[in-house]
Amino acid sequence: MSLVTATRLTKTYRVGDIDVPAIKGIDFAIEASSFVAFVGPSGSGKSTLLNMLGCLDHPSGGTLKVLDTDIATLDRRAAARFRGEHIGFVFQDFNLIPVLTVFENVEYPLRMVQLSGNKWPAAKRKEQVLRMLDAVGMADQADKRPDQISGGQKQRVAVARALVSQPKLVLADEPTANLDHDTAYRILELMKKMRDEFGTTFIFSTHDPKIMGEAETTFTLEDGRLQNGGSHV
Amino acid sequence: MFDVISIASRNLLRYRRRTMLTLLLIVIGMVAVLLFIAVAGSFRSMMVGQITDSVLGHLQVHRKGYVASIDNLPLNLNLKPPMVAKVEDALKANPAVETWSPRVKFGGMFSNFAETTSIRVNGIDPAREAATTPLLPGRMIEGEKAGALIGRGQIVIPQLLARGMKTKVGDTVVVVATNRDGSVNGKTFVVRGILESVTGPGGRDGYVHIDDARELLRMNEAEVSEIAVRLKDFSRLDRSAGQIKAALEGVSNKEGKPVLETHTWADLSPFANLAKMIDLMTLFIKVVLVSIVLVSVMNVMIMAVFERIREIGTIAAIGTPPSRILSLFLAEGLMLGLVGTVAGTLLSLVAIFGINLWSPTFNFGMQQNLVMAPTIAGGDVLTIAALVVVVAVVASLQPAWKASRMDPISALRHV
Repeated sequence: MSLVTATRLTKTYRVGDIDVPAIKGIDFAIEASSFVAFVGPSGSGKSTLLNMLGCLDHPSGGTLKVLDTDIATLDRRAAARFRGEHIGFVFQDFNLIPVLTVFENVEYPLRMVQLSGNKWPAAKRKEQVLRMLDAVGMADQADKRPDQISGGQKQRVAVARALVSQPKLVLADEPTANLDHDTAYRILELMKKMRDEFGTTFIFSTHDPKIMGEAETTFTLEDGRLQNGGSHV
Repeated sequence: MFDVISIASRNLLRYRRRTMLTLLLIVIGMVAVLLFIAVAGSFRSMMVGQITDSVLGHLQVHRKGYVASIDNLPLNLNLKPPMVAKVEDALKANPAVETWSPRVKFGGMFSNFAETTSIRVNGIDPAREAATTPLLPGRMIEGEKAGALIGRGQIVIPQLLARGMKTKVGDTVVVVATNRDGSVNGKTFVVRGILESVTGPGGRDGYVHIDDARELLRMNEAEVSEIAVRLKDFSRLDRSAGQIKAALEGVSNKEGKPVLETHTWADLSPFANLAKMIDLMTLFIKVVLVSIVLVSVMNVMIMAVFERIREIGTIAAIGTPPSRILSLFLAEGLMLGLVGTVAGTLLSLVAIFGINLWSPTFNFGMQQNLVMAPTIAGGDVLTIAALVVVVAVVASLQPAWKASRMDPISALRHV
């Protein structure tokens, strides 16, 4: 069974009195443990699609199922809980919480999952955070604040944070846009390694040819429509 | 909960200067309010205590119409013995009453054989008067303080009169008074002591023994002008006064109309208006404090939300429930309120302690060198502290609510 399935998926925004269609009835499926890129020019609908995949936005029509859950059925609170338990996020600007240390930033999603009743006691949490920091090569920077580490290191921490609650799906919006070539390449390698180690599905939205080249499946979006059914490398 | 408090504290420390300025405003507000309550409240209590405990008593019972004509000290509105007995029965039956003192009040002429002037005199039972107005003996600035306040044939005169008439303790004087029937009578007295004048009605009266007063006024029966009452608990004055009033309403004349009236000290003393003014000013300064806390905390929290929109989007995206985001910002308001309250309270208590060590003096009316000794009740401190904390949380509510309802997508796009 596919991890993500979209059927005649549409998304229309209302701007003043005008309906602006962003996604125009697309169908696709993404299998578990895959490394997928959505590519296309600005305004093609990549971010809109990623927002819906991350349960941050609801479709206007069609269905979008993530982990067999129709995301249109999730209210604000349920969506937050679903994201906390099943989806990790990596942002273009890293978006680490500045008042928390590297360790605490990675620990944060586990604390949120703990709030919704899942068992992540302190000892288990610490073990998991250290494991993830070790996996991304940031264990020795655990006590530093985000403003004390480099951009590449921040993105490593962001990857660790996205993976710490063992989500089935990680969504990355332009994750290498603010990184230099070498660092971007290392981050991509790291993500692939994480995918191999934890079986996590990575979905990117990107313009970056590096990511396009590394993706195993690439969906090209143009003007809200898929131009291919998902080309496989 | 600890996480929320910890993150809130760090976020507050992130903008140190702004947080310190907000805290400073709260602390200044707290100190101003607590010091005002301590100083004005102590002054109020001191003056009310002096008025009730050295002159008026907590409340008084009169014949109807007496207080309206009190400037003339009318002898035809005295309480007759049967009425006095009924009043005493009602007072005995009320467990809130500690004691009472019957008085005969009259106006007369005071002469030292060289000069003559007018005087207002209270005829009192010395033991009962001392129990009802326990600070009265303490007002004796000349003469023996120990022993009975006054004996038969003795008079205690007010300071101003003694000074004006150049009269000393031990001097013999004459008091002449007009009786109810219009005839005049005189009686010699030995000056037993000189009383310090105090603010308020009766603060410049002389005192003689009640039997001497009745003898001077040629009363055939034991009439009483007023009965001053002391309660066990002054804080229950209004309630107790109401009970006594209700009990005395049954005492009526032949036409069935009530003949007695009850007045609290506040009905009798103009200082009550000043006391009300102090209460009003205390309320006003509390409102100012609430406004300071409300505006400063709300301002800082609105800024905090505005500056952290992307962060709010991030934590919402990675699974933070809206209620948690709400509590994060409410916790910041709570921390501001708590820290400001603790610092403000400590500083206020130190200031109050310092003023007590310094013991500054001030003059009020005839009284000079009154020592300012501010005190504040624990209940007042707790009330103000709770008010500040609650207002700080309430001020954070709108920004916190806004943060918790923020659309994560728009928040993440915010530049």
